[in-house]
Amino acid sequence: MRPETEAELAETIAAARGPLHVQGGGTRSVGRPVTGDVLQTGGLSGISLYEPGALTLVVKSGTPLAEVEAALNAEGQRLPFEPMDHRGLLGTTGTPTMGGVVASNASGPRRVQVGACRDFMLGVRFVDGQGTVIKNGGRVMKNVTGYDLVKLLSGSWGTLGVLSEVSLKVLPKPDSAATLVFQRLDAALAVTVMSRALGSPFEITGAAHDPQAGQTLLRIEGFEKSVTYRADQLKTLFKGHDIAVETDPARVAQIWAGIRDVAPLHDGAGDVWRVSVKPSDAPEVAARLDAGALLFDWGGGLIWARVAEGTDLRARIGAVKGHATLVRGSAASRAALPVFQPEPAPLARLTDGLRKRFDPRGILNPGLMAG
Amino acid sequence: MEMPVPNPGIIARKAQIVSALARVLPAGGVISEVSETRAYECDALTAYRCAPLAVVLPRSTEEVSAVLNICHDMGVPVVPRGSGTSLAGGALPTADCVLLGVARMNEVLETDYDNRFIRVQTGRTNLSVTGAVEQEDFFYAPDPSSQLACAIAGNIAMNSGGAHCLKYGVTTNNLLGVTIVMMDGTVIEVGGAYLDSGGLDLLGIICGSEGQLGVVTEATLRILRKPEGARPVLMGFDTNEVAGECVSDIIKAGVLPVAIEFMDRPCIEACEAFAHAGYPMCEALLIVEVEGSPAEIDEQLAVILAIARRHNPVELREAKDADEAGRIWLGRKSAFGAMGQINDYMCLDGTIPVTSLPFVLKRIGELSKQYGLGVANVFHAGDGNMHPLILFDANKEGDLELCEQMGADILRLCVEVGGCLTGEHGVGIEKRDLMVDQFAPDDLEAQMAVKDVFDPKWLLNPAKVFPLAASESRRTVALAAE
Repeated sequence: MRPETEAELAETIAAARGPLHVQGGGTRSVGRPVTGDVLQTGGLSGISLYEPGALTLVVKSGTPLAEVEAALNAEGQRLPFEPMDHRGLLGTTGTPTMGGVVASNASGPRRVQVGACRDFMLGVRFVDGQGTVIKNGGRVMKNVTGYDLVKLLSGSWGTLGVLSEVSLKVLPKPDSAATLVFQRLDAALAVTVMSRALGSPFEITGAAHDPQAGQTLLRIEGFEKSVTYRADQLKTLFKGHDIAVETDPARVAQIWAGIRDVAPLHDGAGDVWRVSVKPSDAPEVAARLDAGALLFDWGGGLIWARVAEGTDLRARIGAVKGHATLVRGSAASRAALPVFQPEPAPLARLTDGLRKRFDPRGILNPGLMAG
Repeated sequence: MEMPVPNPGIIARKAQIVSALARVLPAGGVISEVSETRAYECDALTAYRCAPLAVVLPRSTEEVSAVLNICHDMGVPVVPRGSGTSLAGGALPTADCVLLGVARMNEVLETDYDNRFIRVQTGRTNLSVTGAVEQEDFFYAPDPSSQLACAIAGNIAMNSGGAHCLKYGVTTNNLLGVTIVMMDGTVIEVGGAYLDSGGLDLLGIICGSEGQLGVVTEATLRILRKPEGARPVLMGFDTNEVAGECVSDIIKAGVLPVAIEFMDRPCIEACEAFAHAGYPMCEALLIVEVEGSPAEIDEQLAVILAIARRHNPVELREAKDADEAGRIWLGRKSAFGAMGQINDYMCLDGTIPVTSLPFVLKRIGELSKQYGLGVANVFHAGDGNMHPLILFDANKEGDLELCEQMGADILRLCVEVGGCLTGEHGVGIEKRDLMVDQFAPDDLEAQMAVKDVFDPKWLLNPAKVFPLAASESRRTVALAAE
């Protein structure tokens, strides 16, 4: 099923007699496997409105991400939250869509400074599980009119409604960027360095640690002189460390695309988890995981870990506050282990209640987010 | 503004309700004397007043839980209140409600600079959150103009913004976690000192829900390191159109100022008369502020000033020191006080697409003539959040009603051009009946469904946000169940 308009999408859902497997480009196959008729949003495509002077963009949900990025690039702007491309990690093919980015709240290294996809979402139009078209938010940057269903829909993986149109705030692309590369820090020292940098006034837009490469990375972006100034200030702040500064734009972009897409964990067998914790908890948590490969992003607040297939990572993490998601897992792992963090009972009651209201027949990606 | 008829059955049980509440709160935690409850009869929307049945002032999450549990079991509506600075009537009581004030819960619970967060009880004021971390050169970014008085509880309820949100975002972008007490007394932790949610983004729906889903008692907030410095420039223009184009060009140029403030002639004149900031007399004035080290500020301002010059400004003034910066901000910061000196005024809060600015200002001018009421415009131009101030005379028969009608027309205009009814103040009772101009019945139904899940009996702040007619069946079903 591949509706071409919002009205067709609504008719399709209203007429459905069984579960629907909702997909954008099908590149983010995360969650409990869903059986059902595939409902693709790719037919809902195109940029509805783009006003560079107002930093706002409205697109139909099935619009390819690449098309959006090209349009923004032509005006010297970008999606500030740096959405991850899941294809490399998951081995999927296909075309990532804006709807998929929003439904998965895909957010990359810059999340640590500017915010996640949900933070740049201004409005949604979606169709709920009964086939009703609902709009929320709008296309302006400040809007507190009614409840914020925009946030609720962002990261709901198509389980509350199928997005038909999304509006976002975009930002100017800076002139230049640099990456400070620290060599051979252990995880504890890396997190200390990243925390100190993120707590400085020098506006770090990326802070990651790759133990495989033995590198800890800090990114700064802005006008050229300002980037040079801040790089110098950071070198002074971390006097005594061996720091290389990468300023070649192509190299800087490549480094951070690798972090964004979790490139160091692509190869090699095993399940891949993402763990969200307080940065200072990260070194100890990571040490307990017995991981084959690790990557720390968001100053340590986000840990990617590749472990043996079927490992219950949450048992290893223990009682630390945070949550873990099994992003890449074999069918067996995904059937045996909750993909999304199980919620405490009172929270689960709210989540279930919301699902029942937005999708009373339980037909939209049923079970995908089941804890 | 209409409010539901209070439930006489609840009012008749006042003594019983008060004594049940007194059993779970320390002495002084319950206020029920009519002479004392009157202090809570309104918030900053002072045109509407109604003393509550009783006021409770708990000191802990446990006490809030006990209070809500009692009210839930006895079927008593609860209106939560932070500091009572809402301009939308968000904390306006009804005669049959228990008003739950969190003002006594104002402790800092945890400060963590390495992980860049602070955990506070939500009765703490916005400015005192920054006050708690500024010795380490950190700050809490959202800065509503009422920040000296307003509480974090209210900021979360209304998803408050401020002058600097073009760069730093609003409350929802700076909120990491909450402790929320549900209407039946259940205490839930949502989020925490980490950056994303493990399941549905419940934190996102709680923030901005105007105290209708639960009572937030503790909050984990993102704190940021202060920039090395900040500097404003002031620009005057001959027309609103040119000022609007200048804003758009600055944004397109790749500079992201922390604030772009706009004032029109009536506002400039009033501020000048009141604060003597030395503003030029012109049609439109912009204050643009950038941050960074002195050299970084110079670089950004060079770009901004070059753009401004292309638009033939009548005045271009760069602050050379802190004193001059203070003078540039002086007029803007005293704008509301200045208007209050001349007249009673009503402050609106619609948002429009930045590109519609000249058209909307022209229409507001026409409406001003049509209604015979003066309007001064002062607003956050970078994000399109307008605060037209409509001047009226509260002592003149019918003037308030006229002013409200004109306000409604301006807000409908905001919606017509692709904007919204409220950018940062919230709906409360003030914009409740205009919600049908922005949302279709199905859109409102989807929002009310969320309340059904969090507060099935519709006891929390029930007469707000949704038009009374739209929420009536839910509110009366809840009543009938008693």
